[in-house]
Amino acid sequence: MALLQIAEPGSINEPHKRKIAIGIDLGTTNSLVATIKSGMPIVLNNEHDEKLTPSVVYYGETSKIKVGKDALKHLITDPSNTILSVKRLLGKDINEIELSAKLPYNFTDENNMVKIKTIQGDKSPVQVSADILSKLSYLASQSLGEEITGAVVTVPAYFNEAQRQATKQAAHIAGLNVLRLLNEPTAAAIAYGLDNKTDGTFLVYDLGGGTLDVSVLKFSKGIFQVLAVNGNTAIGGDDFDHLICKHIIDNQNLTNLTKEDIASLIQLSKNLKEQLSFNESLSTNIELSSKQVLNITITQKEFYNLSNNLVNQSLLPIKKVLRDAKINSNEIDEVIMVGGSTRMPNIKDAVSGLFNQKKLLSSIDPDLVVAIGAAIQADILVGNKKDDWLLLDVTPLSLGIETMGGLVEKIIPRNSTIPITIAQDFTTQKDGQNAMSLHIVQGERELSHECRSLAKFSLKGIPPMAAGTARIRITFQIDADGLLSVRAKEQTTGIESSITVRPSFGLADTQIEQMLNDSIKHAKEDIETRMLAEAQNKATSLITMLEHAIEIDGDLLIDEEKSQLKTILANLNQAIEQQNTNLITKLTDQLTNAAETFAVKRTNRALKQSLSGKTINEVE
Amino acid sequence: MSITVTEAAANRVSKFLSNRGKGIGVRLGVKTTGCSGLAYKLEFVDNKNSDDVEFESKGVVIIVDKKSLQYLDGTQLDYVKEGMQEGFKFANPNVKDECGCGESFTV
Repeated sequence: MALLQIAEPGSINEPHKRKIAIGIDLGTTNSLVATIKSGMPIVLNNEHDEKLTPSVVYYGETSKIKVGKDALKHLITDPSNTILSVKRLLGKDINEIELSAKLPYNFTDENNMVKIKTIQGDKSPVQVSADILSKLSYLASQSLGEEITGAVVTVPAYFNEAQRQATKQAAHIAGLNVLRLLNEPTAAAIAYGLDNKTDGTFLVYDLGGGTLDVSVLKFSKGIFQVLAVNGNTAIGGDDFDHLICKHIIDNQNLTNLTKEDIASLIQLSKNLKEQLSFNESLSTNIELSSKQVLNITITQKEFYNLSNNLVNQSLLPIKKVLRDAKINSNEIDEVIMVGGSTRMPNIKDAVSGLFNQKKLLSSIDPDLVVAIGAAIQADILVGNKKDDWLLLDVTPLSLGIETMGGLVEKIIPRNSTIPITIAQDFTTQKDGQNAMSLHIVQGERELSHECRSLAKFSLKGIPPMAAGTARIRITFQIDADGLLSVRAKEQTTGIESSITVRPSFGLADTQIEQMLNDSIKHAKEDIETRMLAEAQNKATSLITMLEHAIEIDGDLLIDEEKSQLKTILANLNQAIEQQNTNLITKLTDQLTNAAETFAVKRTNRALKQSLSGKTINEVE
Repeated sequence: MSITVTEAAANRVSKFLSNRGKGIGVRLGVKTTGCSGLAYKLEFVDNKNSDDVEFESKGVVIIVDKKSLQYLDGTQLDYVKEGMQEGFKFANPNVKDECGCGESFTV
């Protein structure tokens, strides 16, 4: 029998038609599923009565798939069929994976689709993620006794389009109706109800098992924007366990430890670390495989001294993210602590110290806060809470096209809310140009080769016209699912061409951060390059035009004028070669002035020609 | 006429109400729908209607409209854990038959 929950007044649905929405935190190390029961967010327990399900999938010989704690047991005996941390592989191609990981798996690469070889066949990272999501979905339907209407799945703020698409695909395969993908830091902010307050700027410090992510969010007019992200994929809670473990090994002069000994020592260290958040001093003992019994004593102070370096390292991304977001630490309204490792008092003190001893938001269990935020959002999206408040997705990077000289014209800026459509008119560069090739890029830099290439297509059949007269409207459209389509239409003839971009592989998370950081770091350099390219473009078209004119109407010029123009032309060509922006601009202006009388003469001649043979009346 | 709640249900209702930050109690009701004719409803109450009857049990205010009360008289609301599920359960002496899911019933 289905048990009942208390509903909001007037929102009761028909039996079997109640809308159950869940929020899923699909983590690198652990995953969680949460929902709203009687108006209260709760994280659901798994079959072991635990809220955290390890993000581990085991593909065994018997075609049985195990997920979570049961899968983890096979890690030591059968590592190549036990898939860990698959989130790090989502939406990446084989090169990115081989570069970024020392993984115990055998990969196959067919048509740019990376798969992991297992005893049950080749499994793509999407499939493995789908198996984790299926498990969570099953847990939820068991626990709620109802069909799941929809789910909100969280992703890191730095996930690019490809990684988001892969996450969405995994959820579809798992049979989940994805209401929305939500950025993890945004989910944490929602869990604390920061979206119900006035506008503000928040910093989210997320220290997970294996990674550190720091984000700055801005909440304004009902929209959360990610202003900047930074992090360190090599710092996590596990590193603190290793510090204690190493301390024990060094202190006790342990040698010849077996694999199992090390595993138990690490587990013991993890327990000690957790206990040291509440205890000044701890003593315990452990028996090694050699029957040697170790007596271990560690104080909070010792642990803090050991971890001092690591804690300081974890503060660097905060400083970087503030710099990238161009804000001061005193402009941050709230600091939110996410991830189990933020329970450590020394971490809290250190982070708070950067914000003038500000009180941190840590009242919600830092392991659960992201899943809770996702559940709250899911409940609203499914329509259980009658609220006009809707959270919008934003584009993580700018989208644009390559123009003359390899420059990027941004059409949809970073952090635009989607769905969105933006059109911009472009023109032809040469006389009689009958085709235009379009190169779509994603990124923040000013030059196309510094950005990520998404797609190329061309618009053919443009009627021959003088340069600059054709009007080609380029429309960028991103739908609610984040798919980009680009359409180019020549306005006079109506011929058009379009493409839909489904990125087949993505950028590494570190790469996307790099791209964002680079755009800031190289801003000055980029602008200089852009100015040079623009000056060169302007000069080149002036030269082409003038040379063409001299060829046709050169007889209008007296010798002195002609030689003056030719000298400036030669100097300008030289300046273009030397890439001297200032000189190019100066000579272009000089050439324009010098050619002014010539232009007037040409116009008069053209006018005379077109008028000859016509009566005054006809002209008027 | 009486409607009561168990200790477990009273605790939960109070907790959910205080978490919600508003509301005077919990509304029990039935509506004509579902696979066996009638279905329960369970809602937070912000405002009382003119045809509402108010009960109090273990410090919890229970609101039932007069029409529903005919089908619910003597009901005790419980909060139970069954397998992996947790939630409220109606112990209703008037029920003759329920559908498999227990969400709808006949009297």
